[in-house]
Amino acid sequence: MGIVSPGFQGRRRPAEPNLPPGQYLTEDFPVLSAGPTPRVSLTDWEFVLSTETGAESRWSWDEMWALPTETPTVDIHCVTHWSKLGTNWRGVSVDTLLDGVDTAADYALVHSYGGYTTNLPLDDLRDGQAWIVHQYDGADLPAEHGGPARLLVPHLYFWKSAKWVRGIRLGLTDEPGFWETAGYHDYGDPWREQRYQGD
Amino acid sequence: MTEQLHPEQPRMDYVDGNMLAGPLQEVFAVDLTTATGRCASCGQTGPVAALRVYSNAPGVVARCPSCTEVMLRLVRTPDSAWLDLRGSTFLQIPMPAESFTTPGPVAM
Amino acid sequence: MARTAIPGRLTKRAGWWVARLVDRREETATACTLVLEVPDWPGHLPGQHVDLRLTAEDGYQAARSYSVSAPADGERIEVTVQRVPDGEVSPYLIEGLSIGDQIEVKGPLGGYFVWRMTDPAPVLLVGGGSGIAPLMAMIRARRAAGSRVPFRLIYSVRTERDIYFADELRRRVREDQGLDVAYVYTREVPEISPAQAHRIGVADVNSHGWPPQLEPTNFVCGPTGFVEAVSDILVALGHEPRRIKTERFGPTGA
Repeated sequence: MGIVSPGFQGRRRPAEPNLPPGQYLTEDFPVLSAGPTPRVSLTDWEFVLSTETGAESRWSWDEMWALPTETPTVDIHCVTHWSKLGTNWRGVSVDTLLDGVDTAADYALVHSYGGYTTNLPLDDLRDGQAWIVHQYDGADLPAEHGGPARLLVPHLYFWKSAKWVRGIRLGLTDEPGFWETAGYHDYGDPWREQRYQGD
Repeated sequence: MTEQLHPEQPRMDYVDGNMLAGPLQEVFAVDLTTATGRCASCGQTGPVAALRVYSNAPGVVARCPSCTEVMLRLVRTPDSAWLDLRGSTFLQIPMPAESFTTPGPVAM
Repeated sequence: MARTAIPGRLTKRAGWWVARLVDRREETATACTLVLEVPDWPGHLPGQHVDLRLTAEDGYQAARSYSVSAPADGERIEVTVQRVPDGEVSPYLIEGLSIGDQIEVKGPLGGYFVWRMTDPAPVLLVGGGSGIAPLMAMIRARRAAGSRVPFRLIYSVRTERDIYFADELRRRVREDQGLDVAYVYTREVPEISPAQAHRIGVADVNSHGWPPQLEPTNFVCGPTGFVEAVSDILVALGHEPRRIKTERFGPTGA
């Protein structure tokens, strides 16, 4: 530990009992970015779900939002230590997209406009745990927060909730994504503080 | 949401490769920001100091100023530094002349 | 006399120096120069930066890069800090850190955005807001060395009140031969100024910079949008990209 600066606290509030370990509460919504914000026109936007056999399901923007939507209110936890409670979203459950898709896959690689990827077990996208969302707090999702649409998987660290989501590739083997190939944990459970490889 | 951007205005949320000097000094004995790197994606060659660095992220991501592909990533965990250079074909690092020894066969 | 650092030669491996705040000077209503005493400081080159690190009582740490704004005075270095609203580190540096307090410093860092006194090429400095800090280090180093390399500075500020080092810049222009300073005001011009408030443009850089034929070194420092605009102008005016050295501060100059 370095020299302690008296009274220095950083941009943090005191830890709350209902937060995962090592997290602090934030009221604002920090914008993290690893690259330029992609601009995707809604007429060009599409979402592609592909399986281990190469079979693909595609949705245009209009087709996606003709599906039934849900309005999850969830807590989100970023690996950079901030948590935000009670965030409101609107989107399509990934269960709806997976409905009728024939797959034996155990893993999913989520990919985004702009080239970002992240991996997680397919089971973590099922059973009401994940959504493709296009609204935040009652308004269109701003580009810097992943609009026009992002993945929302709130029970894992927020880097798994890929911004500017473009599709999900299902596979029989686990393929690590952007941060997972650079030292971050494969699974990323905030309650077990799985930040880095080996945690 | 209070944040709203002009749709035409790209977010200027990157800085220069100059800022890599501190994080990379932890790992290397030379200043890598004065090195010349070649982008594995578009072939552009230029100083590491002129890369576009996105540091407001779980790690530091340095991109080619020409094609914006990733050239270098650095993640610092409590006990490791993860350095990914697969987006760079090479780094040519200036070295002091006095440290030069001609490579050659090992003397027997 | 300051010793000169050889960029790239490691002075203290992965090292954080423990520095002490010995003096502070207000530059504007929102910016302040911190004078730090760093035992065994090896010296630095004009344009280099340092990382400053703060540690909370529970071990939480935050570090930010700051340009060094003056040549080293023995073990004393100066960094100029702009207060970023809602910033994590700069408000503490400006308001929380008291004379005598310790703080960790890593550096000197970066061998690219650096003016070398042995380089005879004329120099154009273009600073936006707090981007003046490393450029001021170059102006001061030029004076300290008695260098005759021609220097021009274009300094873009919102208003006259936002000029850092205002008195010293006036004095430098009077006393230092071969140094010219031009201001661009983006919000409000001083009463005597004939120009309108405007963002820096081709005309400013063309009339207050050097022609590309002279092969000047152009140093551009400021918020990312400002640096993008000025580098585009310099390239359009015919300057070689390798003669344009930039230091971007991020969206708002954090």
